[in-house]
Amino acid sequence: MKNWFSQRGLGGRAAHVNASTLKNTFDRRSMLIGTVQGGVALLLAVRMGYLAIAENEKYRLESESNRVNLSLIPPRRGWILDRNGAPLASNRADFRVDVIPDRLSEPDAMIDQIGTLLALEPDRIADLKQEVAVSSGYQPIEIASGLNYEQFAALSVRLPDMQGVVPQRGFSRFYPIGSSVGHLIGYVGPANAEEFAEEDRNPLLVTPGYKIGKDGLEKQFEQDLRGTPGARRVEVTASGRIIRDLETREDIQGNPVKLTIDGPLQDYASRRIGLESGSVVVMDCDTGDLLCMASMPSFDPNSFSDGIGSVEYAMLRDDERVPLRNKVLQGLYPPGSTIKPMHCMAFLEAGIDPEESIICGGGRRIGNRFFRCHSNHGRVDMNRAIAQSCDSYFYHFAQKVGFDKVAQMATRFGMGQQFPLPVNSQFYGTVPNPEWKEEKFGRSWEPYDTVNASIGQGYYLASPLQLAVQSARLATGKIVNPRLVMDGSSVNPVSYNFGDQEIAYIRQAMSDVVNGAGTARRARLPIEGIEMAGKTGTAQVVSLNISDGRSGPWKYRDHGLFVFFAPFDKPKYAGAVVIEHGGGSGSAYPIARDVMTFLFDPQKGLDALRALEKQWGGTAQERLEKRYAAYAAERGATVTPPPRRDEDIFDQVEAEARLAAMQSEAIADDVIVPREDQTASGSPPPDATLIPGLTGDRSGGAR
Amino acid sequence: MNTQRSSVIPYPIARQPWGMLIPLFMLVAFGAAVLFSAAGGSMQPFASSHLVRFSVFLVMAMVIASLPRELVKFLTYPAYVIVLVMLIAVEAMGALRGGSQRWLDLGFMVLQPSELMKPVIVVTLALFYSTLPISMVTNWRALFVPATMIALPMGLVLMQPDLGTSLAIAFGGGVVMLLAGLPWRWFVGAGLAAAAAAPVIFFVGLKEYQQRRVLTMFNPEEDALGAGYHITQSKIAIGSGGIFGKGFNNGSQSHLQYLPEPHTDFVFATMAEEWGLVGGLFVIAIFSLILRWGLNVARASRDRFASLLAAGMSATIFFYIAVNLMMVMGMAPVVGIPLPFMSHGGSSMLTNMICIGALMMVNRWNQNAPRGGFSST
Repeated sequence: MKNWFSQRGLGGRAAHVNASTLKNTFDRRSMLIGTVQGGVALLLAVRMGYLAIAENEKYRLESESNRVNLSLIPPRRGWILDRNGAPLASNRADFRVDVIPDRLSEPDAMIDQIGTLLALEPDRIADLKQEVAVSSGYQPIEIASGLNYEQFAALSVRLPDMQGVVPQRGFSRFYPIGSSVGHLIGYVGPANAEEFAEEDRNPLLVTPGYKIGKDGLEKQFEQDLRGTPGARRVEVTASGRIIRDLETREDIQGNPVKLTIDGPLQDYASRRIGLESGSVVVMDCDTGDLLCMASMPSFDPNSFSDGIGSVEYAMLRDDERVPLRNKVLQGLYPPGSTIKPMHCMAFLEAGIDPEESIICGGGRRIGNRFFRCHSNHGRVDMNRAIAQSCDSYFYHFAQKVGFDKVAQMATRFGMGQQFPLPVNSQFYGTVPNPEWKEEKFGRSWEPYDTVNASIGQGYYLASPLQLAVQSARLATGKIVNPRLVMDGSSVNPVSYNFGDQEIAYIRQAMSDVVNGAGTARRARLPIEGIEMAGKTGTAQVVSLNISDGRSGPWKYRDHGLFVFFAPFDKPKYAGAVVIEHGGGSGSAYPIARDVMTFLFDPQKGLDALRALEKQWGGTAQERLEKRYAAYAAERGATVTPPPRRDEDIFDQVEAEARLAAMQSEAIADDVIVPREDQTASGSPPPDATLIPGLTGDRSGGAR
Repeated sequence: MNTQRSSVIPYPIARQPWGMLIPLFMLVAFGAAVLFSAAGGSMQPFASSHLVRFSVFLVMAMVIASLPRELVKFLTYPAYVIVLVMLIAVEAMGALRGGSQRWLDLGFMVLQPSELMKPVIVVTLALFYSTLPISMVTNWRALFVPATMIALPMGLVLMQPDLGTSLAIAFGGGVVMLLAGLPWRWFVGAGLAAAAAAPVIFFVGLKEYQQRRVLTMFNPEEDALGAGYHITQSKIAIGSGGIFGKGFNNGSQSHLQYLPEPHTDFVFATMAEEWGLVGGLFVIAIFSLILRWGLNVARASRDRFASLLAAGMSATIFFYIAVNLMMVMGMAPVVGIPLPFMSHGGSSMLTNMICIGALMMVNRWNQNAPRGGFSST
């Protein structure tokens, strides 16, 4: 070894090469080779030791994660129950199939193949291709659910050739009363990329078949309803073939959420709205429990939960009655005369004697200007002002006590307020007052502002929920707060400390609206011994020179409103009905009457509804389905696809709702010439007529 | 080597190199056990044919071992020419059929001539240097002719394309040249030239998949599902085996088909997963014993031809082992070289048994020619 370098001489010029030096060289070099080989052997042994000892942990894990495929079993979603424990949202066992776009080698061909196997509609196949093309890859896309066993089996046997296709048994969400709860409950759908990222890439969210709440209560109570996923550990080969089950952990169903909603009432009210666009809110006066929050027309959450189809979406978008908007919370309307009783309470609190009268004379001079009333009421005291809805009375006394005081009362009654409810979006509305106007428009409060606001017009805006709440508060004299979830807590509303006499006076006046010489005599309940109190309202949305409020373009017609409570002397239920562009309060109070009838005598209520539905062409759900079929037949192929994210749909709807609420603001800067119209307009909303076999007849409004 | 043995054992048995043969048998048997597991716990299709092939080729090795020196020398150059012609034939048939081909179908068996070239080049160069006048060793002709002899088959094999085998040919030839006493600076020069040419060869000479394999070696995890898949899965198999392994027939990497080629190129990983570090060290130790024996045979020989031949043969076996083991442990690119005596496959078994046979032959010559005499040619 020490002569190592001497062998260089071999190649040198002067080297003397002979057999013995060659042998020497051979020995040295073979020794070198042996050493190198030994070195390599040592290196390999060390390397192997490093892999097997130092990195053993890491590779054992990787080997396990190779071998074992952990698949999550989507948890069954908690049910959403009504106040009596009946399901408003439940689960239905079914067979379903999803695809994972990342794993499809030829997505379009695969979807065509599945489409043929399952006999899917061409527009559904087109939707799916579009969806897969723009998807984020790892997120499963639902192809179909509710498959029958034959279809499921047909897919399952072809599975080895269908990489990326996941047929499975699972549970899908089911809403027994469909569109009646669409806005309230919302619907479920697969999580999108943002939601996946928000939840720290929770693998459950990309598990095929798993859906999260997308709107309404489904979204609000997502964490409660979710439950705990089960897991199935299987041993799989590299090609994904399952060798055997290792372990299965059952899922734990999510907790149920029990609502204050009365399911049948909700369904009844939704159906009773009929062809109109509107909302019905009914609450319990004692507890604030919301028994019904109906908003129609609506979408079918069952169908939305299967994925929102292009045709379906286009149909809903095209409808002037905005079926995607939850009008209970996101519909803002000038409350019109419906707030008059509440204003009277403000007058009483300001010390006005209810017997104090004015002379109407078809209007009233305030300052140096004459403001018209919708009629000449002659001598009017508070009771008559409410029962006959005399505007002059309110012009006079609002001016007298100052609208500031009235506005304060309105605010105390919940106008312009949000309530602590588990909802995604709740509009405030507006109670105008001088500071508000100065701040918003930079203009000072004028007498005509007081005049407009005193009869619930001008800048005044309220949601149906707020109207229902103010009605319940007025009826009870207590700060009743609306409640949507039965959480077992007892409610004891705080009193406003109004005088009993004052409360009784208002109750009586409102009863007279219906049961006396009032504006809504046809709203009288057909039930012996139960008298409903209420107040009509007609809200103008455009100035007189554009429309008379009853005929002409639908969107220029007056809104019809009605607030109510019953029984009038011992209020148990209170509520509000708002019919958009119904042409007047006559479109609203028959609905309130029937809803309250149903509450006290379901059979009587249903009889009335069935007769109407015969004319309308079926229940709301049936009409929605017919309408869809007609729409698809007419415009099937040329529809605009829905936005990529469901959230965009509802963001858009909300933005439009805000815009729509400003409609009446446009005329607020002028004097409203009021009209109290008891009859509804002569024709249904334009979009309602798309149902085949339905004529323009609408005798339902004023029976 | 030539120690006196007890007379109880007959001489033909006693003279066999048991120091190498017993470890070899153990290795082949162990290999068969691993193949048994790789087939999912069955002798078919790998383990039984492995044993059968070994038996057949062992007989062949015995036959080779009994060849006389002069006959070997006589057959060397014709063998080289024949194998070269076969390589050209393979190339020509491939060109005719439009596609690369490595096999020659002789009717009764499928022959891969590039495999045969590995031992043949060693014998050829050993013969060349042993017949070269000693004074010419430092002459340029001592380099030029063998270099051509190596370059021709290398080029043909590269065209197949089979980088692993052509490197094996170059390695075997190179070792013979080194041991023949060629000046160091030629090797240093060749090394420098190779280093300089490497980038050119990489970008011009290698196919795209070969380039990817080389690149992947440096970072297999980067492309865990693509080119790095082999190496990653192999390392997982070896690493997850730990010290004592997962137990015979319990390797999930091989049984669930995560490990590619668990019975051929990656048989060591299959073994290591089930037998762990202990099994790995056992295999390495046995290879060390065999190679040490081979080198000792070479060093013990007084005959220049025989010693070069033996050293070259053991270098050829060493090349297989080293490249394969480095590959499965993620230290060399995936070049498709099987592990001698363990991998399933006739061609590599043939080559390695020819090498073993040649080493036994030299060993026999050594025993016949007593130590001390440097028999000149």
